[in-house]
Parts: sequence; structure tokens; C-alpha cells
Amino acid sequence: MPKVKEIEILIIGGGPAGLSAASAAADLGASVLLLERDDKPGGQLVKQTHKFFGSKKQYAGDRGYQIGNLLIEQCANNPKVEVWTETTALGIYEDGVVTAEGQGKHLKINPEKIIVATGASEKMIAFPNNDLPGIYGAGAVQTLMNVHGIVPGQRVLMIGAGNIGLIVSYQLMQAGVEVAGIIEASPTIGGYLVHAAKIRRAGVPILTSHTITEAYGQDSVEGAIICKLDEKWQPIPGTEQDLKVDVICLAVGLSPLTELCFQADCQMKYVPELSGHVPIRNKYLETTRLGLYVAGDVSGVEEASSAMVEGRLAGICAAYSLGHGKDVAPKLQADALAELSELRAGPAGQKTVKGIMKLMDKGGAAC
Amino acid sequence: MRITEHPILEFQRGEEVSFSFDGQELKGYEGETIAAALHAVGVRVLGHSQTMHRPRGLFCAIGNCSSCLMVVDGEPNVRICVEKLKSGMRVETQQGKGCLR
Repeated sequence: MPKVKEIEILIIGGGPAGLSAASAAADLGASVLLLERDDKPGGQLVKQTHKFFGSKKQYAGDRGYQIGNLLIEQCANNPKVEVWTETTALGIYEDGVVTAEGQGKHLKINPEKIIVATGASEKMIAFPNNDLPGIYGAGAVQTLMNVHGIVPGQRVLMIGAGNIGLIVSYQLMQAGVEVAGIIEASPTIGGYLVHAAKIRRAGVPILTSHTITEAYGQDSVEGAIICKLDEKWQPIPGTEQDLKVDVICLAVGLSPLTELCFQADCQMKYVPELSGHVPIRNKYLETTRLGLYVAGDVSGVEEASSAMVEGRLAGICAAYSLGHGKDVAPKLQADALAELSELRAGPAGQKTVKGIMKLMDKGGAAC
Repeated sequence: MRITEHPILEFQRGEEVSFSFDGQELKGYEGETIAAALHAVGVRVLGHSQTMHRPRGLFCAIGNCSSCLMVVDGEPNVRICVEKLKSGMRVETQQGKGCLR
């Protein structure tokens, strides 16, 4: 292999956004290299056993892992896409060179355009003993259960009644694990009511305006104390309950994995609606560092359907900027933008729309 | 504990192999992560924190959080949630920051 790998478009991250970006760019004729730190691309889709909503264009009705396999196949069948698995991007340098570690080797890549699609990581919340073994992020529980076929324990307290908390609770029940309850600090259930109803029908209580005050256990979790919150989100004395559980699962949101964007000197902004610090970018997903695009959760936490469309948009834009697909790219860009608006048209999408408006509000985006 | 029946998924497991955990011989399946193999036999404490010596377990399972660092075949600071199990592997609890070989 030459000392520096030359490529038109480098994509960092092989989840729904990265894979979609890769095939979109390659379809227009660009040469693409995709880096994936895991031994197989697919990102978090590989552990999603539920059926997706939305429209047919975003594979509604298919289960997450089936969508993942489809995207992987699309890239595998495209000769313009090269995938390096077990390869972690390390840094993006001033001269445009990207370094990576792959199978024990230090690699250098010199791309013309970069698409960062690194996704998000799970948030933690503060309570005494929150570091005990037996306390997992919801994604970890999904990995153990749905990828490895191993249950995390016997009885679970789920924290967070957003879609992830609801879906993972249902998946725990499918795997034969008892869910003691789902608690949610806000007064309303954040996720889709269709998921919540399914769980309640199975007899699992969803307690809104409730929080965890502490976990306890000798070497690992043996129980949790929960309590009710008043309208000012303060614990109400005397409402404590002691739950004997050996697993506490945190589904309290995600934050964008933006280290590479910070390091590449993209202008960043804290936008709560997008779940944290995100790079400022224009509507074509190009950041303030010209030629560096973002797509998926790294540009604001949403879900896999919009990540796939954002990936496609970033792939098209990067390829188009290199002179590929001159006749079709503008139409494809418009289609992708229209699909994104459609996906974000519902009440759940309003937060994202507001966040993106805040993000593009103050200049800096390279349009 | 391993899931034997699942309404949606079928689990493809590799060959059954032996490995050691702090000198104790255990069994797991080749190709699964070390963390998965340890979890399957009920090992949840993977190490202790450096200063307060509090027990540490699996948290993110995708190589982000470094809560599961162990010594594998003499190499310290291996994220066992993403390191695949191989026959005969020597997995040990790490003391402090670990020592370079």
C-alpha cells in the first residue's frame, strides 16, 4: 500500500448515515473510502429488532437490522466503495490528511472531501452509586441481548420513557427478562404512545414525574430507590420506593460524537434541541471547514431514518462538488431535502427543526 | 445467561472455546466479545477504579467508555467489550493503569 491513500471522498463511520452517504456518492461516480471502527458496518442498526416507521422510502415496515444488512449490501455491491473495518479515525490535520489506526497499523489518507458520520454516545445521569456494575446504557443492553444473545440480568429498572427506553423495555421482555418499571422525570412519556401502550398492556408500569435517587449493592446493583417529583421537578419526601432490581438501564438520551469536528476546527455551537455541541453547517451539511460534511447523529441527535437521508444528501453534495453527477445532483439534493422536511414535519420533528434553525441562525456556515 | 429462544432473532454462535479469567477456566464462543462471554457466565465485575477502587462493569458495550479495560494475553487496557474471544485467551483483572509489556 502507498504511504498515503489518495481518495475522492472519505467517510468516517459506517452506520446508517455513513453507509447511505457512501452509496449515494459512489452512485454519482465518486470513489469512496469508508472507515468503520467495528468489525462490521451497520452502526446501531445491527441491534434494532423493531420495525421502522415513516415512509417506504426510508424502509418503513422493515426491522432495523434488516435495513442495516440492505445498506451494507448496497455498498458491498458498488465497486466504487471501499470499506475498511476495524479502523478508527484518529485525527483530521490542517493539510487535509486524515490519520487512522487499523489492525495495529497507523494509516494516512488524503481525501478531497470528508464526511463525518460518527453518530452519538449515550448520556449518563448523576445519582449515588451510578458507577456500579449492572448499570448500563440502553445501547449496551441491546448489544448484549440482540447481538450476543445474552440477557443483562433478571429484573430491570428502565430510566427514560423516550422511544429508546420504551423499545428496549419491550425487547427485554421478548428476551424473557422482567422489567420492574420505567421511570421518566418529565410529566409525560416522550416516546411514541404506540410503544408505550404495548408495554403497559404487558403489565409494566410507566411512572412519569419519577426519578432515581440512588442505586445500591455490594459489588453490583441489587436495587434502586426511586421517588416522585413535584411540578418543579423536586423530589417529594415520603414517596420513595425501594425496587429490588439487578439491572438499571439508562435511556436518557444521546450526545453527538463530535470530537473529530472539534479537532478539525469546525465552528461548533451548543444547541440543546440537537442534544449538545454540534458543528455549524449549511443546509447541504457542509461545515465551516470547507469540504468537511456531517451527517446523522453527529450533526444533531435524531433517529436512523433521517440519518439515512442526511447521509444520502451529504454523499450527493460531496460528489457534486467534485464534478460528479452534474445533470442529476441538483434534483437528488432537492429530493433529499424534501424528504428531510417530511420526516421532521411531525410533532417529534419540531424540536430538530428548531435546533437546526438556531444552528444556521448566526453566520459562519459556508454556503 | 444466554437466550435460547427469541421471537425474532436467531443467534449464530461460533465454536465453543475455553479461556481463562483470573486463572479460572471458563467457556465461551469464538467470535463473541470477551465481555459477552464473561456476562454469559455471570461475571459482572470487570475491574476496580484506580483511586477509589470501586467495582467497574460493562457500560456502553461499543468501545466508547473504557469502563471494561482488562489485561488480555498480557496486554493491558484492552476494551473487552469490542475484543473478540479466541481459544486459550488469558483474561485478567487489571491493577491500576496496567503495565506495558
